[in-house]
Amino acid sequence: MTASVVVTGLGIASPNGLGVKDYWSATLGGKNGIGRITRFDPSSYPARLAGEIPGFVAEDHLPSRILPQTDRVTRLALVATDWALQDAGVDSAQMSGFDMGVITASAAGGFEFGQGELQSLWGRGSQYVSAYQSFAWFYAVNSGQISIRNGMKGPAGVVVSEGAGGLDAVAHARRQIRKGTSLIVTGAVDASICPWGWVAQLSTGKLSTSDEPARAYLPFDRDCRGYVPGEGGAILITEDADAARARGARSYGEIAGHGSTMDPRPGSGREPGLRKAIELALADAGADPGDIDVVFADGAGDPEPDRIEAEAITAVFGARAVPVTVPKTMTGRLYSGAAPLDLAAAFLAIRDKVIPPTVHVDPCPDYLLDLVLDQPRPAPVRSALVLARGSGGFNSAMVVRAAE
Amino acid sequence: MTRRRVVITGIEVIAPGGIGKEKFWNLLSEGRTATRGITFFDPTPFRSRVAAEIDFDPYAHGLTAQEVRRLDRTAQFAVVASRGAVADSGIELGGIDPHRIGVTVGSAVGATMSLDEEYRVVSDGGRLDLVDHAYAVPHLYNHMVPSSFASEVAWAVGAEGPSTVVSTGCTSGLDSVGYAVELVREGSADVVVAGSSDAPISPITMACFDAIKATTPRHDDPHSASRPFDGTRNGFVLGEGTAFFVLEELESARMRGAHIYAEIAGYATRSNAYHMTGLRPDGLEMSEAIDTALGEARMNPETIDYINAHGSGTKQNDRHETAAFKRSLGDHAYRTPVSSIKSMVGHSLGAIGSIEIAASALAMEYDLVPPTANLTTPDPECDLDYVPVIAREQLVDAVLTVGSGFGGFQSAMVLASPERNLL
Repeated sequence: MTASVVVTGLGIASPNGLGVKDYWSATLGGKNGIGRITRFDPSSYPARLAGEIPGFVAEDHLPSRILPQTDRVTRLALVATDWALQDAGVDSAQMSGFDMGVITASAAGGFEFGQGELQSLWGRGSQYVSAYQSFAWFYAVNSGQISIRNGMKGPAGVVVSEGAGGLDAVAHARRQIRKGTSLIVTGAVDASICPWGWVAQLSTGKLSTSDEPARAYLPFDRDCRGYVPGEGGAILITEDADAARARGARSYGEIAGHGSTMDPRPGSGREPGLRKAIELALADAGADPGDIDVVFADGAGDPEPDRIEAEAITAVFGARAVPVTVPKTMTGRLYSGAAPLDLAAAFLAIRDKVIPPTVHVDPCPDYLLDLVLDQPRPAPVRSALVLARGSGGFNSAMVVRAAE
Repeated sequence: MTRRRVVITGIEVIAPGGIGKEKFWNLLSEGRTATRGITFFDPTPFRSRVAAEIDFDPYAHGLTAQEVRRLDRTAQFAVVASRGAVADSGIELGGIDPHRIGVTVGSAVGATMSLDEEYRVVSDGGRLDLVDHAYAVPHLYNHMVPSSFASEVAWAVGAEGPSTVVSTGCTSGLDSVGYAVELVREGSADVVVAGSSDAPISPITMACFDAIKATTPRHDDPHSASRPFDGTRNGFVLGEGTAFFVLEELESARMRGAHIYAEIAGYATRSNAYHMTGLRPDGLEMSEAIDTALGEARMNPETIDYINAHGSGTKQNDRHETAAFKRSLGDHAYRTPVSSIKSMVGHSLGAIGSIEIAASALAMEYDLVPPTANLTTPDPECDLDYVPVIAREQLVDAVLTVGSGFGGFQSAMVLASPERNLL
């Protein structure tokens, strides 16, 4: 029932690095993945910066027949899954299909593919819409394609809770492993850097309109001015700890606790749900606040949600009582991909006994946070707390810790 | 250790043919169909021109002008039906810690209708590729991310516990409820308002199903266009709708004297890992999901009184699931009535799984098996008892309901009386 669930493989597609090695050295080195949009001409839009993944050539990694039927988001997810399985030392062809499941999060599906087909529909006529539109844009596409590519017939799932979804998916993967499936591919990749996706994101009014990559996304800074969206995320191989041990797998650590809440209806005057989510995650992990060595914050980059997050952290841990970091200052906010990437960073922090930095930020002292700024901070990290929020009031918190 | 058990104590349905679960059940029990020629837009350019549309006036169901502006039709359905389910259950949610109340919403294609229409505008009828943000509606982002549906339902019912959208294509309606059941069983919530909603009848959806010939071109007689298991079927009829439930832990539902429709006794989902839209004829993965759901329910296959089929009305599906039923139920499959309500309300993608859970629970409530309408020409390769045309009165204490969808997902759920004997 409460079997331990460990992470044995990581696959990363981040604006500041493809693959675990590149991502981690970039992140410890403070390398910024935010820049002016290149995928389309952003001049006519009020926001022009994004965290794009450079140098990803899908043809180098995937068979050509899969390309016409996939959005960029799915290509990234398939390749990240390949890397994660390699990292875990798993040959899916050697395992029973029903022992492997796929549970991912998505915020917006294959939105760029959807734009292409909507453009065909309205610009040319309904008969020009691709047969692949029936699945290439929808939210379930990554789980479906990953299961097909790797012969995974076990529990499937797709959760959509915007930026919080990545943690909810990993929690659901843990749930399925506890019910008896030995391995679940989980995590999330999102990518919607196309004009249609951009216009939809602009409608929130929360995108940073700065043109300076190092000044555009500044969570917990007095000069914060909204966020920069990015693309990418991370895929994690989660396994039953005993099964992983039996096959001699190396473990990055354990998914120890999870909690999630929904904020009260706007205008209710009730306390936002983030503090409660943190408390639930700690309780689920059997951890005290003092056990947590680092918090990977959500870092919304707007004054009100930044204040809410800082208050939730200090309410649980005390003022400046735990190191806090926001490595997504180097990538922008990756929607559902953000939290799985932070989970990956947390496991690498545990492995290398170092906390990755928050860059570009001059923290507002009112928040009473011990932000890890500019340089990595060596620390014997045993347990980490990852926070993620989604537009519309979603709060999710996850505790990970070193394997026994 | 005794496992927490989860029961349905409230139901609301908005489906083609009438708003509310009473009209829905009347349609099913009378075997009437709600499919018709498309009225939402000019269907002339399309191969398939029939759909199961709902005549829905959001203002008549309590939505405000701002809600109507903000919410895609899918979300409007969800908000109205979730409130209806709470009212039906008689539960006083205000007396429960809001962090113990969760929300799950299934949807396959989210706010497709709004996205389709808004794209037409911001692209100026497909003339602009660099679409114009000045013409975007203020809540466009909520249409891009269907997670907004879960927020809206949570705020409508006052839930502050775990909340999410489950989007696994056409099994979303089963998987959303299955996810909710797991939240209650593990103790993450005591009550979950769970269901699903889709409103996909828009040009982009019709066009993509046209492209793979998944939907029927039978527009000469739209009322008989949805023909699951019939030898003359040639594709499904797109529908829309929603169903929502109040799910509670069994003992607390009993304590408050709630009316219990059914226990959600078992649930599982599996992937065929074969093809995004294709199915192998052997039904192996759906059968695996059925076996797992029965095991979780601690029931023998022989105890199933009725199978609510996916029955989309494509040859591939109907044969696939017929094989799955035989594989899991053996000889009992031949003795068990099987029917598809999609013959009457169409296929509402991610919503239909929840609508079919509602039909299954109401079949138990009224001891009546809804029929498969339009089944007049048997298909020799579908040789089970599909309850053609006319509903059947019989005791229904346990129902198996299944779903199958793009992505290769296969889901199964068992509903049963909580008073049954457990294996």
